[in-house]
Amino acid sequence: MSWVTKTLSSTLGRKLVMALTGIFLILFLTGHVSGNLLLFKGDGGEAFNMYAKFMTTNPAVKLLSYLTYISVIGHVIYSIALTKLNKSARPVGYAESKASTNSAWSSRNMGILGTVILVFLAGHMYSFWFQMHWGGIPIVNYAGEEYKDLYSVVNVAFQQTWMVVLYVIAMVFLGFHLSHGFSSAFQTLGLNHKKYTPAIEAVGKFYCVVVPALFASMPLYIYFTS
Amino acid sequence: MKLTLKIWRQKNSAEKGGFVSYPIDGISKDMSFLEMMDVLNEELTEKGEDPVHFDHDCREGICGMCSLYINGKPHGPQQTTTCQLHMRSFSDGDTITIEPWRAKSFPVLKDLVVDRSAFDRIIQAGGYVSVNTGGVPDANEIPIPKKIADEAFDAATCIGCGACVAACKNASAMLFTSAKISQLAMLPQGQVERKERAEKMIAQMDAEGFGACTNTGACAAECPKGISLTNIARMNREFFSAVVSSDNL
Ligand code: SF4
Ligand code: FES
Repeated sequence: MSWVTKTLSSTLGRKLVMALTGIFLILFLTGHVSGNLLLFKGDGGEAFNMYAKFMTTNPAVKLLSYLTYISVIGHVIYSIALTKLNKSARPVGYAESKASTNSAWSSRNMGILGTVILVFLAGHMYSFWFQMHWGGIPIVNYAGEEYKDLYSVVNVAFQQTWMVVLYVIAMVFLGFHLSHGFSSAFQTLGLNHKKYTPAIEAVGKFYCVVVPALFASMPLYIYFTS
Repeated sequence: MKLTLKIWRQKNSAEKGGFVSYPIDGISKDMSFLEMMDVLNEELTEKGEDPVHFDHDCREGICGMCSLYINGKPHGPQQTTTCQLHMRSFSDGDTITIEPWRAKSFPVLKDLVVDRSAFDRIIQAGGYVSVNTGGVPDANEIPIPKKIADEAFDAATCIGCGACVAACKNASAMLFTSAKISQLAMLPQGQVERKERAEKMIAQMDAEGFGACTNTGACAAECPKGISLTNIARMNREFFSAVVSSDNL
């Protein structure tokens, strides 16, 4: 084994992968939520559709999207490996445990939270990402140029009550996952300092509420306005 | 005080253990938890039964020998060592559940006694400063800022009890290992073997089969010596910078 593979298979190396992919996915979520705010523009989806076209055709964005896919896959695979290792480290459990007195619930249930988010992600990508790339999507014309009308697909999807409920619930899970994951990633990278850690934690607390809430507001807005 | 003790009994590491309940009476609130165990063991011995085996040595909170997972927490309800826990933390009529530390790397030897030599092997892997020859240097000849000395000392207060492993949902030894790496990484004497130490101690920690930290913070919350999570962050920095810059391929 070379030093690289040896490091990446050590506990700390695997944690490093979790932290780096996690931070990249946080950056991705920031971009994703900002772009999707165009759904609120009230222009019949013109800006949103143009943005969707840009996001699926621009080469730089393409590269970022591949990095995102790799991050998701890496984050999932490494979390499975780490969970297996961690489970095997305690073959006989305690009869009585007061874990709630020493740690936050979300920090102890990242795997469950993450699994729900992964299942949601699969459905979410089928509904929109897959449709955008390979589905039969209606075409609209703005100033003589053709655009895929992703806006109408989103609009139709969020007329369904169950979809909206599912999305809102999934965002609650995402919020809890981020409530631990955000600051945890920095701790793993070794970035723990009197000066910066309180700020990182504050941003993390803000982020884990605001970003999922913004995401959740989109299906709710569409559901209640149309 | 009248209590019911629900204690994990296990003949040896090969056999499967189980809980046995013992009623106990006449316990004073001023007794330490281990004194209460002594009372139980005296009764058991008088009855001709096998006393409950548990680890202890100094009974002053400094050696790290005592363990016991009491009522769902390592070292019981207070953030201290089991030997420094007193019966006033419990109420008359309580049922107290006593289990050994649970970790693959800490196999149960008998009853509540676990084998913590995995910790010794982590230290042996690099938790030292090599002084091969010569006399003891004058301590005052090596300038160390007070702040650094204090921080290194804080890390050095880890007594190797293993409560961090016991508390961690992943049975991770990172708080212990990070304390042992930190106490030397900050001092000038620790610089020579700094990179090697981080690499070797973490490799040994992994080889022992401890889990990987998920930053729940349970270890620091339960550590009787208040070892903080900043040590784990320091260990991560030590390790990452060591692997990218050391000569070990
Ligand atoms: S870090 Fe704390 S809990 Fe862990 S072995 Fe050291 S003193 Fe015990
Ligand atoms: S017996 Fe020495 S610390 Fe408890």
